[in-house]
Amino acid sequence: MKPSRLASIALHLAAVAFAAVILAPIAWMVLLSVSSTKDLTTLPFRWIPAELDLSRYAELIHYADNTRGKAFLLALRNTITVAAGTTAVALVCAVPAAWSFSRFRGRQSPLLGVVIAIYMMPATAIVVPLYRILSGAGLLNTPIGLILVDCTLVLPFAIWLMKSNFDAVPSEIEEAAFVDGAGVLKTLWLVTLPMVRPALATTALFAILNVWDEFLYAFIFTSDSRAQTLVVTIANLASGRESDYGLLATAGLLTALPPILIGIVLQRTLVSGLAQGGIKG
Amino acid sequence: MTWGGRRALAGWLLIAPALVVILAIVGWPLIQTVRISFTDANLIGGEEHWVGLANYARALGSRDFLGALRTTVLFTLVTVSAEIVIGVLVALMLDQPLHGRRFFRALLVLPWAMPTVINAMSWRLIYNPDFGALNALLTQVGILSSYRSWLGDPATALWAVAVADIWKTFPLVSMIVLAALQTVPREQIEAAHIDGANAWRRFQVVILPAIAGPLLVAAVLRTIEVMKVFDIIYVMTRGGPVNSTRTLSMQVYQEAFASLRAGSGASQGLLVLLFTTVLIAAYLKIVKRRAPA
Repeated sequence: MKPSRLASIALHLAAVAFAAVILAPIAWMVLLSVSSTKDLTTLPFRWIPAELDLSRYAELIHYADNTRGKAFLLALRNTITVAAGTTAVALVCAVPAAWSFSRFRGRQSPLLGVVIAIYMMPATAIVVPLYRILSGAGLLNTPIGLILVDCTLVLPFAIWLMKSNFDAVPSEIEEAAFVDGAGVLKTLWLVTLPMVRPALATTALFAILNVWDEFLYAFIFTSDSRAQTLVVTIANLASGRESDYGLLATAGLLTALPPILIGIVLQRTLVSGLAQGGIKG
Repeated sequence: MTWGGRRALAGWLLIAPALVVILAIVGWPLIQTVRISFTDANLIGGEEHWVGLANYARALGSRDFLGALRTTVLFTLVTVSAEIVIGVLVALMLDQPLHGRRFFRALLVLPWAMPTVINAMSWRLIYNPDFGALNALLTQVGILSSYRSWLGDPATALWAVAVADIWKTFPLVSMIVLAALQTVPREQIEAAHIDGANAWRRFQVVILPAIAGPLLVAAVLRTIEVMKVFDIIYVMTRGGPVNSTRTLSMQVYQEAFASLRAGSGASQGLLVLLFTTVLIAAYLKIVKRRAPA
């Protein structure tokens, strides 16, 4: 069915408008990040900067005492630590649990519903005791404390995602391994996991994305550069008195870059997962 | 031990690590929240007294809490319905024969992957009352005579935040609908065309049945997510001006961590859980029906 020429032109105009809406906020950040402060604060605003100013990028990736580069890089370090730690803990616990839910149907099966419910539960329902527990254990303002509480988000999600991936793999080979006398763990490790390697990578990437984005816990349970993550550091700057908008935009772009790269990698999986209704926003 | 018995035991042992972690970081804290909610506990310790349902009674009678509930419901209704409408329209557009369709579709992932806090910050910079893009644009094309404080005005703040939230989340709806549209056989659409059905009729008869299920899942999921909204609000307005953007999560945070009233904060946190439980139950029901386990 070929649409008329007029309809086709209207369609393409709409698509271009859509692209403009998606790209505008990102383009604005790029513009702010490379404009000199003088250009940014001159009214009426000129949309094309008089000079290209890349000094903020240089400032943020340069580690030196009492600079904003140091604050940024420490927050980056904390974010990577918490993301890696949470992903590791969550995967180690989630893989056997997901396999159990997928293959060993039994009395534990109804717990999967509980796991999904926990994943959707508002953090406000447990945030007060978590604060007191972390405080009592001396884990406030530490990456380890954040790794623990971030597992409340990532672990249920990882179980769910891995379970649906195990479901998609035929179980005959595993059954054969059982019959041949291979133990349960040996079967999981040697037979099942090699078949779901791409799913493991996908789950890890989703986990990293989740932690990178996590704000409420990181905001409440940290207080300085020892554990504060990137989004908390930036949120405090943005909603506070930081007046160098170009610097904010630069930090924001650099922080958004890894998740966006991961998002592009995940796009294909995301779409097929969404078709089954299993992945959240 | 019998094979069946061994299997059952293995089933339990395999979920044991996850179960222990979940009980420790979710189960135990949840019980504690219930206990604390019946006390006048302070966040940083000191003596605690049993106060029964006083915290709950106070929350349900307080203008702060009810105002936050109202704001949350309004924000949820506006953003979720806008996301669904825009999301479906954009998906239908991207399903048409279009030059560069792959590029346009790929754009959808950008807002989805953008961290919420960075998105909030970029819109804060767009709305900036002194040097923001929106003011510059609107004054230069003559729509606005002078710069406005979009986030500083109680009349516009919530709407301004809603736009930022919709920008970030409608692409997810589009991706869901696009995925569902791939399951509609082309011949069906062609057949409807030949039968002389107009666009709206074709949408109703052929397309809507195919996307209704996934769309319902998306709507419930998004509603659950938006009911919890905290980060985008905190970064853009901190709940102001004059509490016009203070949502439930913001309210719980302020009660428990800014005012240090842990008991009262816990009771409000549980009330939020209560409100969302209905939605979560609905979601589980839909998912179970769609994928019989």
